[in-house]
Amino acid sequence: MTGEQILFGLFALLACGGAISVVLCQSVVRMAFSLIVSLASVSALFFLLNADFVGATQLMVYVGGTLVLLIFGVMLTASSPFVRIRTSPAEGFLAGGIGILFLALVAFTIGAVDWDATTAKLPAPATVATAGHNSAESGNTMRPLALALAGLRPDAPGGSGYLLPFEIVSMHLLVVLVGAAYIARTKRNARSAAQSRAG
Amino acid sequence: MDASGLSPVLWVGAFLFVCGVVCMTTKRNGIGVLMGVELVLNGANLNFIGFSRYTALGLDGQVFSLFVIVLAAAEAAVALAIALNFYNNHLTIDVDRGDELRG
Repeated sequence: MTGEQILFGLFALLACGGAISVVLCQSVVRMAFSLIVSLASVSALFFLLNADFVGATQLMVYVGGTLVLLIFGVMLTASSPFVRIRTSPAEGFLAGGIGILFLALVAFTIGAVDWDATTAKLPAPATVATAGHNSAESGNTMRPLALALAGLRPDAPGGSGYLLPFEIVSMHLLVVLVGAAYIARTKRNARSAAQSRAG
Repeated sequence: MDASGLSPVLWVGAFLFVCGVVCMTTKRNGIGVLMGVELVLNGANLNFIGFSRYTALGLDGQVFSLFVIVLAAAEAAVALAIALNFYNNHLTIDVDRGDELRG
């Protein structure tokens, strides 16, 4: 067992354990913290799989942004301490059973494929290609990713870059932020309306 | 390329996906459903990065993962805005209470 395999096993266990804990926890705050553990472990897996920029982005955007947003949502929608929203055990068993069956199906399919033979059937990558895209002196993956998002593909000459999706995603983020701010704006909510009617 | 390390990555991705789907279907708390969505997206991202590392997919898998992360963040923002709106109107985040079509 090389060190890399041990680290992979450790972070895979953390990620899967966190995911199981998200499913099984009844308190939404504990679910949020289990999800933090799981997503940080997924980020570590990204680093182990030579995706250093994507791993750093996952830590910053997902763990540091999206999950903090979810925790804010948990705090803003907190129910009273004696009201517990639970699923019935029958539904839980049914969903768990179907989930396990689906996982077995997918895992068996994954294990039954010979990935080396499948890759050998694909057209060979371009000659300038992927040999250098992870080497340290060419900026690991950050420089090829930055060039690809700017429209250049030095690692696959003749391929188009990702400039158009980059611009579309930028506009998408702007639209989403404006829309979310509009939807979640402060309005007279049901509680204050009831109080003003009663008072 | 040696693709023998690909299957464990795909298994972890599949496990995260299934946990996310079970979370989406069983949780009554709206925020819990959102957490399931995040798990599903991370399972798919792990798939992309695994194929990028072990097969001829190369850089494209990582660019896709970046876009998935960005779009997941945007979708979480909108979904939380909707959840807050629901909470303001119904004073509960229990999704089983959202069974009327009137506004």
